Amino acid sequence: MSLVMLEQVQKFRIREMELSFTQGRWNYERWGGFDPISSSNAKPPGVELWAVFDVPHDLVDASWKNLTHTLSGLFCASINFLESSTAYSAPDWGFQPFSGSLRYGSLPREAVCTENLTPWLKLLPCRDKAGLATLMDRPSIYRGFYHSQRLRLSSTEFGSTEVESGIALDQTLTVVLQPTTSHRASMTYSSDSVLQPSWSLSSIFGRKVSGRCVLANSSNVYVQVERGLMSELKILHAEDEGSGADNLTFEKTWNNPGFELSIAPNRVIKEVNILHDETSIVLYEYLIDNYSNSEPFDLGFTWKFPVVWSSPQAPLHASRFLMGSGNERGAIAISLKATEPSDGLWFADTIENSCMLRFNVFQVVPWYVRVYFHTLQVFVDGKPQSVTDFIERMRISPSEDKVSPGVMEMALKLPCCVKSVTLTLEFDKGFLHIDEYPPDANQGFDIPSAVISFPDFHASMHFLKDDSLNKSPLLSKFQERSPVLCYTEVLLVPLTTPDFSMPYNVITITCTVFALYFGSLLNVLRRRVGEEERFLKSKDSKKTGRLGQLLSKLFAKLRGKSWEPTQTQSASSSLISSKLIFKVILVAGIAAGWQYYSG
Amino acid sequence: MEEEKETTTTTTKKKQCFWTWALASVIFRLVLIHFSRNLNLASRPEVSTPLTSLRRLAEGYWLKQSSISPYAGSMYHGSPLLLSILGPLTVQRGEGQYNHLICSLLFVIADFMTAVLIRATGQNLQMAYNQSLKSLGIVRLLERSEMLASGDIAALVYLWNPLTIVTCVGSSTSPIENLVIVLSLYGACRRLVPLAAFGWVIATHLSLYPAILIVPLILILGYGPDSPRRKLFQQRASIKVGENPSTDIHYQQKELASQPMLPLRFSWRLVVHFILWASLWSCYVLLLCGISVRQYGGLGEMFKSTYGFILTVPDLSPNIGVLWYFFAEVFDYFRNFFLIVFHVNILFMILPLAIRLNHRPCFLAFVYIAISSLLKSYPSVGDSALYLGLLGLFVEELADMQFSFFLFCGYVGISFLSPVMHNLWIWRGTGNANFYFATAMAYACFQIILVVESVSAMLNHDRMLRKLSIMKP
Repeated sequence: MSLVMLEQVQKFRIREMELSFTQGRWNYERWGGFDPISSSNAKPPGVELWAVFDVPHDLVDASWKNLTHTLSGLFCASINFLESSTAYSAPDWGFQPFSGSLRYGSLPREAVCTENLTPWLKLLPCRDKAGLATLMDRPSIYRGFYHSQRLRLSSTEFGSTEVESGIALDQTLTVVLQPTTSHRASMTYSSDSVLQPSWSLSSIFGRKVSGRCVLANSSNVYVQVERGLMSELKILHAEDEGSGADNLTFEKTWNNPGFELSIAPNRVIKEVNILHDETSIVLYEYLIDNYSNSEPFDLGFTWKFPVVWSSPQAPLHASRFLMGSGNERGAIAISLKATEPSDGLWFADTIENSCMLRFNVFQVVPWYVRVYFHTLQVFVDGKPQSVTDFIERMRISPSEDKVSPGVMEMALKLPCCVKSVTLTLEFDKGFLHIDEYPPDANQGFDIPSAVISFPDFHASMHFLKDDSLNKSPLLSKFQERSPVLCYTEVLLVPLTTPDFSMPYNVITITCTVFALYFGSLLNVLRRRVGEEERFLKSKDSKKTGRLGQLLSKLFAKLRGKSWEPTQTQSASSSLISSKLIFKVILVAGIAAGWQYYSG
Repeated sequence: MEEEKETTTTTTKKKQCFWTWALASVIFRLVLIHFSRNLNLASRPEVSTPLTSLRRLAEGYWLKQSSISPYAGSMYHGSPLLLSILGPLTVQRGEGQYNHLICSLLFVIADFMTAVLIRATGQNLQMAYNQSLKSLGIVRLLERSEMLASGDIAALVYLWNPLTIVTCVGSSTSPIENLVIVLSLYGACRRLVPLAAFGWVIATHLSLYPAILIVPLILILGYGPDSPRRKLFQQRASIKVGENPSTDIHYQQKELASQPMLPLRFSWRLVVHFILWASLWSCYVLLLCGISVRQYGGLGEMFKSTYGFILTVPDLSPNIGVLWYFFAEVFDYFRNFFLIVFHVNILFMILPLAIRLNHRPCFLAFVYIAISSLLKSYPSVGDSALYLGLLGLFVEELADMQFSFFLFCGYVGISFLSPVMHNLWIWRGTGNANFYFATAMAYACFQIILVVESVSAMLNHDRMLRKLSIMKP
């Protein structure tokens, strides 16, 4: 446990926190959407941060702000942008089942690079100098389709029940790499199937593992063979052998008709699953302890026969897109398509024919995308349906201009027979002040990923109870019941831009027009024609004190008589002096007031 | 006798003519409403501003229905009363056509009523004006003015103005705002103090800017509707006194007082009544608002997101005014300064205009409405439609107005160019914000010219009246 993170936890009283840096998008169709890795390690592009604080309600925002600044310094990233209230939200139940002082924010545009990985590696006891972390050769990691570094903190220190207090820090790096296709020509077996490229640790990472980090309790490498692949292999095996008698032994072997592992595993772990007796996931375990500098660990995986299999899929495949053209308005659509109900997934909630599929949608929309929530429409199998029929509950906090983003949390319930659901929401595009546009304003703005979670489905593996298994944190992580979760794409919304070079022109032209208005109208009001001028001149020749005139006029008005100019020459001198005094008092009063208010 | 008959027949003819044209305009509106889906006018920035947009009202109503404050989020900025009246009509039910039609019908009725009220106001004004001219002894003008029924003209101008039609069909709430403004003017002209106070309070409640109309309303109630300068009556009276010097001042005043519809003295009674009624109505409106927003932060929240929204201009989406672009471009430290400058610009002109035009309170009201629609933070063509309609009330007086053809061409040109520029900028992305802003600027200039020229023409008309009355003792 790094001291830095311990400080964070204690300073901000974090109960739980997760920070992830991701580049690329997890391909749920190809890489699976219903296993512990995809539902807990697949993250939206950019930075995602959420934290649960153990502080009073009014202090949560302050803690969050401090936390973002600290993390931003720690990880050399612009996490501090999450500080502004327009960037983060406080979901109630849509993101995580437990409510409380949770804050969620994401920066889809954040570019992730080695400068973010290095501080992350620093948190490891041996950094990348020893142990498995030596594999992290920067060029080979960043060459991959997808990589996501994740940091999860959970502390039981502030829990109400002080049974076991402590802080757990999980660091996960998920990388999807393409094995470099070897120089030898890939042999074509049948008309369409091509042999998968074989790989080894040294070929994909360019490094070998030489022993474990001295400080590590255990240092293991697992090779997981998915259920789909296993069943394909079994068919292959049955074809080869002609009989399925040695089923058990087949699964224990690392050298079978499909593939071959270059090193014999230390242990073969088989998933125990009541639902799938036929085939199950197989994990090959390698203990790094047994290897050393002289004899580095370099696992090779060689395909022997072309096999095509599919990864387990989440019940619905989610995608999100924008509709409409132009820069005035548009619509967001979240489209959910039912995947092939792979064996037995569906009966998780099947109770006497009323098979219902529940899922939550959590969506944060920045304020400049002004969503009209009353335009929410649900299309089930392409037909518009009443919203209330499918939405169990909904919590909405509308966006406020320049203050907070719009948050939408929806719990939907669908009959299992439904093939596709589409949710659409219309929005108006906002117009920003020129200072609020990023430097590349014409690129557009990102709407963070929506989160679709399936509370009734849990991606977890079951292994035989064994003491040795509990030692491995990865396996115990796999055994945890975590709800299936998937992120949608980030949307890019182009916004209209004003002319950035025009502020002075606009200010001067507008002010000129207003001056024109003011001046010309006043001029019209006070303009007199020649005749009136003469009249005034003759009046001026009489030269009476203006104030006296006004006073007598007022007097006459009050008495309800028509006013006649009277000669008040005698009083004029005294009136002038009183006027002067009045002016002096007025100026002095203004000066005193000014002093009082500015001082 | 025959002449009289002729005039009566012509007036009946005119009446018929007016009603047919008015009905025709209503039918035209109904036809357009039938196609309103295709016209898509509701989303035009010229028609619906953040304050008057019916779509935002629907969002506010939806939020209220789901027990969130209608002012949560920055969508709805209108009155809570409007929300409870129009809100249920915005809900889409299944097929959804029915409610939408009722809502549009409501706006058509509002437009029609506005026109009828303008007509009644115009007739009232003309009657009073003719009487005052007669008492001044200027008959020459009367002969000419018999031909023009300014009320009918104004009402038809209002009804057939394309801007009004667009506003009505595009379903924004400005027809209702216009209706209450005209209602207050009508009430003041007819000396129906409660009605005038009601109109003024509701208009102020809906869009804040009509608050400045309190000056012309008080002047109408105090002095009566438009008339030539009061000095002329005094001069004429003094001339009369001069003719028979035996009569004393008391007699002269009696004579003046006996002249109907020409109260030279300010009638404080009506004004006090007006103020009492206005305070009563505003208490009532505030009470109703307080009840409807009680659960959602109370009146403070309401004022913040209605009047606060109007005064601080936070929404920078383009409209036909100039403030949006100005505040999108201006540096942040000067923002408050310019906000004050622009709003004070309206207030600064109140006093000079009131002093110079205090004998013509209706015209003063027209000038105020025009100025506020020019300097408004979120102007729409609905505001222009109102003052252009009211302009029709002063056809006789403004007959000598300069640049009228130029102004007409300008308005037509802008109303074609502005949507084109908007389309180029927003939809096609080939134009630039500056082009659209230029049309807004030109529009503001035309409005300025209209205001200045109309005021100047009215003052010239007064000068002419004075000359006539002096020349003809």
